[in-house]
Amino acid sequence: MTVPVTWQDVAALLPEFFLVVWASALLLLDVFWIREKRTTAWLSALGFVVALVLAVGQMGRAPLLAFRGMVIADAFSVFLVALFALSGLVGILLAQDYLARNGIERGEFYVLLMFSVVGMMLMARVADLVMIFLALELFSLPLYVMTGFARPRADSEEAALKYFLLGAFASGFMAFGIALVYGATSTTSLPHMVDVIQAGEADLALLTAGAALVLTGLGFKIATVPFHMWTPDVYHGAPSPVSGFMAATAKMAGFAALLRLFVLVFPVVADLTPVLWALAALSMVLGNVAAIAQRNIKRLLAYSSIAHAGYMLSAAVAFADPHLGPQAVAAILFYLVAYVLATFGAWGVVILLERRIGQEGLLLEDYAGLSRQYPGLAAAMAVFMLSFIGVPPTLGFFGKFYLFRVVLDAGFVGLALIGVLTSLVSAYYYLRVVMLMYMKPGEPIVRREPRVQATVLAAAALTLFLGLTAASSLYAWATEAILRFG
Amino acid sequence: MFLETVAHEGATFFHLAPLAVFVPLLGVLLNAFFGRRWGERGVAIVAVGASGFAFVIAVLQALSLMAHPEGAVVPIAEWITIGDLRVAWAQKIDTLSVTMMLVVSGVGTLIHIYAVSYMHYDVRYKGDPGRYARFFVYFNLFIAMMMILVTGDSYLTLFVGWEGVGLCSFLLIGFWYEMDILGRPSTANARAAMKAFVVNRVGDAGFLLAMFLTFWFFGSLQFDEVFPRVHEVAAEHPWVLLAISLLLLLGVTGKSAQIPLFVWLPDAMAGPTPVSALIHAATMVTAGVYLITRSHEIYAAAPMAQEIAAMVGGLTALVAASMAVSQYDIKKVLAYSTISQLGFMVAAVGMGAFVAGMFHLVTHAFFKALLFLGSGSVIIALERAHHPLPEEGGHGHEHDEHGHHAEHHDEHEPFNPQDMRVMGGLLKRIPVTAWTYIIAALALAGIPPLAGFWSKDEILLEAKHLQPVVYALLSAAAFLTAFYITRQVLMVFFGKPRSEAAAHAVESPRLMTGVLVTLAVLSAVGGFMNAPGVHAFGHWLEHTLGHVPVLEFDPVVAGVSTLIGLVAIFLAWRVYRATFAWTEWSQDPLRRYLRGLYDVLAHAWYWDELYQVVFVRGYRALAGFLAFAVDWTFWHDWFHDVLIAGGYRRLSRFLSQPVDLGIIDGIANGLGNSVRGLALVMRRLQSGYVRNYALAVMLGVVSMLVYVAWALR
Amino acid sequence: MLWQYVPIAIMLVLSMGLAALIVALGHLVGPSRPTHRKMIPYESGMVPIGPGMRRQPIRFYRIAMLFLLFDIEVVFLLPWAVVSRKLGLFGFIEALIFIAILLVGYLYAWKGGALEWE
Repeated sequence: MTVPVTWQDVAALLPEFFLVVWASALLLLDVFWIREKRTTAWLSALGFVVALVLAVGQMGRAPLLAFRGMVIADAFSVFLVALFALSGLVGILLAQDYLARNGIERGEFYVLLMFSVVGMMLMARVADLVMIFLALELFSLPLYVMTGFARPRADSEEAALKYFLLGAFASGFMAFGIALVYGATSTTSLPHMVDVIQAGEADLALLTAGAALVLTGLGFKIATVPFHMWTPDVYHGAPSPVSGFMAATAKMAGFAALLRLFVLVFPVVADLTPVLWALAALSMVLGNVAAIAQRNIKRLLAYSSIAHAGYMLSAAVAFADPHLGPQAVAAILFYLVAYVLATFGAWGVVILLERRIGQEGLLLEDYAGLSRQYPGLAAAMAVFMLSFIGVPPTLGFFGKFYLFRVVLDAGFVGLALIGVLTSLVSAYYYLRVVMLMYMKPGEPIVRREPRVQATVLAAAALTLFLGLTAASSLYAWATEAILRFG
Repeated sequence: MFLETVAHEGATFFHLAPLAVFVPLLGVLLNAFFGRRWGERGVAIVAVGASGFAFVIAVLQALSLMAHPEGAVVPIAEWITIGDLRVAWAQKIDTLSVTMMLVVSGVGTLIHIYAVSYMHYDVRYKGDPGRYARFFVYFNLFIAMMMILVTGDSYLTLFVGWEGVGLCSFLLIGFWYEMDILGRPSTANARAAMKAFVVNRVGDAGFLLAMFLTFWFFGSLQFDEVFPRVHEVAAEHPWVLLAISLLLLLGVTGKSAQIPLFVWLPDAMAGPTPVSALIHAATMVTAGVYLITRSHEIYAAAPMAQEIAAMVGGLTALVAASMAVSQYDIKKVLAYSTISQLGFMVAAVGMGAFVAGMFHLVTHAFFKALLFLGSGSVIIALERAHHPLPEEGGHGHEHDEHGHHAEHHDEHEPFNPQDMRVMGGLLKRIPVTAWTYIIAALALAGIPPLAGFWSKDEILLEAKHLQPVVYALLSAAAFLTAFYITRQVLMVFFGKPRSEAAAHAVESPRLMTGVLVTLAVLSAVGGFMNAPGVHAFGHWLEHTLGHVPVLEFDPVVAGVSTLIGLVAIFLAWRVYRATFAWTEWSQDPLRRYLRGLYDVLAHAWYWDELYQVVFVRGYRALAGFLAFAVDWTFWHDWFHDVLIAGGYRRLSRFLSQPVDLGIIDGIANGLGNSVRGLALVMRRLQSGYVRNYALAVMLGVVSMLVYVAWALR
Repeated sequence: MLWQYVPIAIMLVLSMGLAALIVALGHLVGPSRPTHRKMIPYESGMVPIGPGMRRQPIRFYRIAMLFLLFDIEVVFLLPWAVVSRKLGLFGFIEALIFIAILLVGYLYAWKGGALEWE
């Protein structure tokens, strides 16, 4: 028997390998030697920096199937892996002060976050159905624990249990879908599957049903209607940095696998197009409308994240069109960047204003008068809100622009119309935040936490700056992040 | 003449048979939906009309049978078709089923008429007049179910009726589910209903197994397909017929209250008295006897089962009769008496004396219904004397009927109008009730020439020839029967009144006494239809049961049984003569002779206590083990609470809320607020319950898959 | 194709719809007059014995979970052992890595006090 793994394989997954080893070591260091939890935080941040460097080092290389076709290192995955490494770094920057001030800082948090990021990275790399499931669980399980990290606060524990139960429920559908797809094509390897399907040997009915169930599992992670209901409760109950981290990265991970599967493997199940259409439309409508009724900023952002999942999904509706596939991928990646920046920033502001964990400073009224005392912070928040709405010249505008262009090119005029109209609706609640900050008097209390503040300001600057100057080059970069198998 | 024409020219009414089921069902629906609006008079007209119509149909069937004794099978509907199993719902009209139809609807209608008046008082004394209609809904339903039972042409249809009457029995025993028989808040009646239901389940399990076996070996459940093949199957698998007949017997011991499952019937007296008369004396409990008679071909092929059935019947007759001797509750005496008499019937049909058994079933329906209705009349008479209803101008308050009752009698034991110790001397106060009661009592005691004498004599005659041991048991039981019924008559109607109420008892209304008189006539002359030399009943059943050898009338047997009865009556008079002078009851005179044995009998041989220890406690121990060791875990709570119970409830809420709120809110808010209204609706959906969320996921998946299935069709 | 399953789907929809309809009807049409007696848990007429909720010590589950975890992981070593000769040095190293990961978890659980009973 030949040795199945070479150093090349390891090189293809270098950032992940590094992070796993680093996280394992950190776990032991933390329990045995490290006294000051802050040290663990810094060390894990350092790990993410190294992983980012390693990921950037992978850029420009030829696509490579590794570990006997389980994973792949292509431009798409490298793009996302870099983004995940960066997100991990931001996640730690947002979390550390918050955890410390609320007395829930434990070393495991950072380790869990690292493992979760590894899972997400693998979601971007998948080339095998089994790997999808493994990666999904690897990034989900730490998130469940992190959600309940504010133990013994009841709402945090409740959120964790809810998230876990429903996540397990959705994973069940996912696993069933994977089984059906395997049954339809007699292979779990995605490249083989493409061959089988092109040779016309797949059982289309089973494949479609399987794809629908896989869509359920992924739809749960990216929080599309009707698999979204956990989102407000979990985002609300989880510690704010965790919510921010989840809102940004879990969605990315879900979309990574969803795009790879649907654009590369499942174009043949074009019958699902109306299903995706409906999911996207429902998410946009329900997410935006429900957000209007929210008075709690965390719940508002949760519904907003549902709506944004809908926007991104609307581009994916064109997955079955071989010409539009790459364009849709690029548009979604671009939108993801815009969304992640604004999400991290907005949650950073939430963290700064949250006085006691889960209790004070979370209502929209608490943002009244922010512009008087903290003009920089208020301006940043305004930028995020405008980016969420899609007002030029923020990055969000370009994101929506590219998205809707794909949707229109694919001929889904109705869906594009729904997208534009719901964006208008969303302006109502996003602008209400801005209005409160700038027009209502109030005495908001804000933490002085330089790392968080810096992160927020950097995110705001990037949102504006990239929108003003580099939108098209960023889009070009995203366009190069092509999905392929070898 | 019309009837002549029918009987001779061959016009048949078989096709009308389904109406015997559907008209009572119509009565059920009408009274269920409109009963409260129509008031008591309307309810009574509908209910009695429905029951009476069923009786007319039954009579028409009987007339048709005179011209066409072979009968007919009247199809109603295709019911179940699964693979080889085809079950049509059809009615089998033959002399056996029509006999039952006549008894059920005939006696049933009389009891309906009686109940019209009786329930008028009962609902008022129990403090909820609104329940009047409900009673007749259940009563009509019972008639319909009983009709399904007796006309079913397969075991499965029979089983439907069997379960249906069980349900009605449950509902009617627990009719006053929130109190005990004295009207005190309690779960006693509900528990009695549950006991009847649960005990019957044990028997039904046997019936079900018998059906499974039958289907396995005969490939059918139709009577017409099973019975012709009995000999064939018996030759191949001798044990099968024994097993089937014994399992059927288990079902019979449940429904017909035989040893070992008779314990529910005394408790079933918690139901209103017409219920006891109709269901727990005249009709439903005789379903077991009918079942054995219907399956006579199977039993004929399993002699051992016949012996066992006869022994069960004989033992039950004796044991239950002994228990009846020492009861004080007027209805309990009759309950044990019913068990005992059912024992006579089961013994008869068990031995193979089907005609004798069915004959006793019919006469027993007459005189036992009369006894129960008479006891009901006594109870109401005492109630009315104790505190008259306001409409009768008594001293009760206009509205606070129940409160009045409680006010005066809270300190000590409330007045129990069923307790024979507070009766006495009622012969003068309520003569019609008393004399009809005495006629029925003599019929029960087997005094010639009343109905009970002929049928019981025929059973004893058969037993002497077929199974001498059973003959001995039944003779002993007959002795006790005459004794306890005499004791009851003496305690209730003779001597001096032993309470205020008994001294001022008033005769029941015409409607009730009219029914009593009718039944008294039937009890007196009903025996002649199969008296020696006539045997009309035997010839009538011959069309269904095949040729029945008629035993020669034996003056010795008849003489001995009459003598036994007379001696018992005399002894009872001797023993209880002493009580005639009492104005307050003290120790029972019989206790002086029997001592400890008397208490054993009064406690029904501690039979219930035995079951309590063996089954109930054992079961509880097992249940406790399961509950404590297995149940109290995360999984149970989670699964049961979150998924099943909650999910179901939430589902209804989930379905009703968006509709409700969505529509109403939408209109109320107008266009300007509609978006915000929708958002609020969604916030309502966001209930915070995991089960709702999981349900949303589930519904999403289901609709997706339904769509996929549709798209790929 | 899936055509043959359509009757099942129809059956499913019908039965669920019927159930929903019945529940909804009962909810909408039926009168609801809760009294104390009706609100008592009436399990087939039995008076309930003992409380429905009881606290359980978590320790038991913690140990059980750890046991399951390590037990299941060890199961994976069995197929490896069967073919370990064929896999050679590389397979050995892989197994070591696998065990090392387990070891990290074990050490963490140990140090974290998960194995303490009191």
